[in-house]
Amino acid sequence: MIKIEKLHKSYPIGKDSLHVLKGLDLHIKEGEFVSIMGSSGSGKSTLLNIVGLLDGHDEGNYYLNGQLIENLDEKKAAILRNKFLGFVFQSFNLITYKTALENVALPLYYQGVGRKERQKIAMKYLEKVGIHERADHLPGELSGGEKQRVAIARALVTNPKVVLADEPTGALDSTTSHSVMELLKEINREGMTVFVITHEEDIAGETDRIVRLRDGVIISDEKTNKKVKA
Amino acid sequence: MFDLDRWREIFQTISKNKLTTALSVLTIAFAILLFTLLFGIGNGLKHTFERDFAGDAQNSVYIYSGTTTKPYKGLQSGRRIQFRNDDNKFINEKFEEDIQFFSPNIQRNNVQAIYKGEQNRYNVRGVYPDYQALEEAVIIDGRFLSVLDLKKKAKVVAIGRLVEKDLFGSLSAIGKNINLEGISYNVVGVFSDPGGDNDERYIYTPFTTFQGIYKENDELDYMGLTFNPKLKVDQAIAFGNLLTKLMKEKHNVDPRDQSVIRLRNYAEGTKGVQSFMMVLNVLILFIGIGTLVAGIIGISNIMVYTVKERTKELGIRKALGATPGSIISMIMLESIFVTALAGYIGLLIGVFTLRAIGESLEEYFILNPSVETYVVVGATIILVIAGTIAGYIPAKRAARIKPIVALNDQ
Repeated sequence: MIKIEKLHKSYPIGKDSLHVLKGLDLHIKEGEFVSIMGSSGSGKSTLLNIVGLLDGHDEGNYYLNGQLIENLDEKKAAILRNKFLGFVFQSFNLITYKTALENVALPLYYQGVGRKERQKIAMKYLEKVGIHERADHLPGELSGGEKQRVAIARALVTNPKVVLADEPTGALDSTTSHSVMELLKEINREGMTVFVITHEEDIAGETDRIVRLRDGVIISDEKTNKKVKA
Repeated sequence: MFDLDRWREIFQTISKNKLTTALSVLTIAFAILLFTLLFGIGNGLKHTFERDFAGDAQNSVYIYSGTTTKPYKGLQSGRRIQFRNDDNKFINEKFEEDIQFFSPNIQRNNVQAIYKGEQNRYNVRGVYPDYQALEEAVIIDGRFLSVLDLKKKAKVVAIGRLVEKDLFGSLSAIGKNINLEGISYNVVGVFSDPGGDNDERYIYTPFTTFQGIYKENDELDYMGLTFNPKLKVDQAIAFGNLLTKLMKEKHNVDPRDQSVIRLRNYAEGTKGVQSFMMVLNVLILFIGIGTLVAGIIGISNIMVYTVKERTKELGIRKALGATPGSIISMIMLESIFVTALAGYIGLLIGVFTLRAIGESLEEYFILNPSVETYVVVGATIILVIAGTIAGYIPAKRAARIKPIVALNDQ
């Protein structure tokens, strides 16, 4: 599903450049539940941004769903994001003036799905994450956990190939974190590839495979042995 | 194609971003309102001047003679130029096309007039019947002098309204005889004159009669005429200049000698009024453009602020699959919609206000303050375009920044 070969990325800082990713090789198959672990500055967010087509890479190859990603302009990137990727952010990134339902329906708007159909699908996903009763609420009226559920519903609504979650529990307490992770697991059980970035051991421990990053290189890549994939 | 969904999205953003929408509406509506009011009041001033000056522009020209100040063709300076009947004929032949009314004039001031016991002193003019048109005198009783009076050198007079009042009291003067310096004249008409009291204390008698009595030759004092009203101001002035030149030639006067043949051409006054109007127009235009520029700067600032404020939202939209094009078109449509609506509101308020206060401003020299529809609509369109351009630049920038940067925007 995601295949990365010798990926390099640097950010210019004044005259110098900061080499963030130093030749990563990573292969994530369809249906995997992977977490990228690392402290801040390890390059994990950069990796997610590149995988999520939110940022470009300098060297190496990146295949998404078998398609080589290169020379992407903003328009192509936007279409690919919409089609293949669902995002869950640490800060939820819901649009404040739209209701939960409208937020979930927004990616479908950019796919050109009609209004009625959009709302129907969005409602289905809100039910799936167990929050359909709050469909008409604005994000400001929801708790952190509820917001993240809305965000997850929004990530799923286009039926993407991969869900990318950037510190999905970073702003939540431990109980809520746990239930959000349970939700992601459930999604994964239904066959979705889920890619989580975190710096918390317990969160990473809930996934099936942990890739550890330090200073822009992978230092370990291991399956967790707590469960065997069916 | 009309995309209902897109407009729904736009209406939602407009109505949910109340502060920026309110600011834009206020700026644009206020700019257009000010523009309409200033333009309308400027136009009102213009209308007043048109009514008081340009509209009543007289097309009369008076020609006077004086004394030469320069020697010319062997003739000495200090020579007095005397108009005679042949000047009269000369002008009428040369400018037959351009002249509407014409009259030579002999004037005697402070002539004693007696009717029975009453007496007073008046200025008396010997003129052609055309003179009535030159003075725009209105006959209120009897008739003015006729061509027949002129031929017969009839001893008749037309007297001003106030002369009748002075000498005849409440009686009618028509058919009575008045005595001017020992000669008896029959009163054939009484006139009023829009020129005021002074002009209504004149006595008019046929030119030939007067010339025979007082000049005993073919001399005359000055000539008055009106030019063809179809002449444009510039043409009328050119006509006056040519007339002066030909008269100078005829009387062997140095063309550079300014005061010998003096011409009082009302077209010059009209020209003055016209240049004043032009200055007024430029002023109005300047005010209008100033208001518009202020509005443009206002809306540009607001658009920059709006886009900046919404950077994060735009980043979210991009992460969810919005293409740069859809971001730009969304912001632009919002901006166009808001500015057009606000412009229309300002326009309505402005036009309505002008109508409401229009009549009460007449005492401040503002007559019928109004704005041509195309001017305000044009101004609104300019503001809409400005708002669009002002929105386009930051929208384009917002659409270009990487979503990840926009998402990190706080």
